[in-house]
Amino acid sequence: MKSDMIMPFITSVQAVFETMLHMRVEVGTPFLNKDGCSNRDVTAIIGMSGDIQGTVGLSFRLDAAVRTASIFAGCQLDPGGADFVDAVGELANMISGGAKAKFKDKSVSISCPSVVMGKEIALRVNSDSTCVVLPCTCDSGEFQIEVIIRQAGTAKAFGPDAAKAA
Amino acid sequence: MKILLVDDSKTMRNVQKSVLSLIGFNEVEEAADGLDALTKVNAVKPDLILLDWNMPNMDGLTFVQKYRGQGGKALIVMVTTEAEKTRVISAIKAGVNNYVIKPFTPELLAERIRETVERFKAAA
Repeated sequence: MKSDMIMPFITSVQAVFETMLHMRVEVGTPFLNKDGCSNRDVTAIIGMSGDIQGTVGLSFRLDAAVRTASIFAGCQLDPGGADFVDAVGELANMISGGAKAKFKDKSVSISCPSVVMGKEIALRVNSDSTCVVLPCTCDSGEFQIEVIIRQAGTAKAFGPDAAKAA
Repeated sequence: MKILLVDDSKTMRNVQKSVLSLIGFNEVEEAADGLDALTKVNAVKPDLILLDWNMPNMDGLTFVQKYRGQGGKALIVMVTTEAEKTRVISAIKAGVNNYVIKPFTPELLAERIRETVERFKAAA
């Protein structure tokens, strides 16, 4: 798997945060997370299907999630509330949607977002799937995008090339 | 002007509602998906519909096909992450009047809404 599968997520998260939250996002060096486990508190999950298949996660620690979602919503959100879940899910939706549009000549559909509260969430697509993590920093804190995708018809998700090349 | 705002995200509906308010459109009803919108259009009789694409129960494109199929005349602006050319073309063919890709600035959304309404007025 090549960096052209990862770059769309980097440009998309930057576009979404700059446009909707007026916030710059610094994306650190991508790395592989072999157990697929996110040590965060809030994870929004989007499924991808079609020519690109897999799962994308947007994960925050709770304080960063509340700050980010509140800025997006324009009011202070309660982390236990439906509006908080909605805002985090919509951010994941826009990031994944923006990324999928950059996969040239590929027909890709995305699912509606699901938001999971709790630590040690492991995103898996199949037994040999590998998660590429994009560590992100912005004014409201740190978060990460976890990408486990592959082109339809290929057996394995990501190899080490994706993290190195991106 | 009556507006029906259709998006499964309440946050996104609120963001769009604040843009509508800034440009003087305050008569706004909301629907959470295409099916909800289809049940509300007869009561609301909107002049303009702002419509998401990816939603549970009924997506935006299916809504447009059904709404136009039953003779619905409201202007429709699709507000969506679906940016691929083929998707935009299929939406326009189904009867969408204008298109805004998420993420959007308030200025862009406001401009597209004004442009759509003015184009309709000029044609009427």
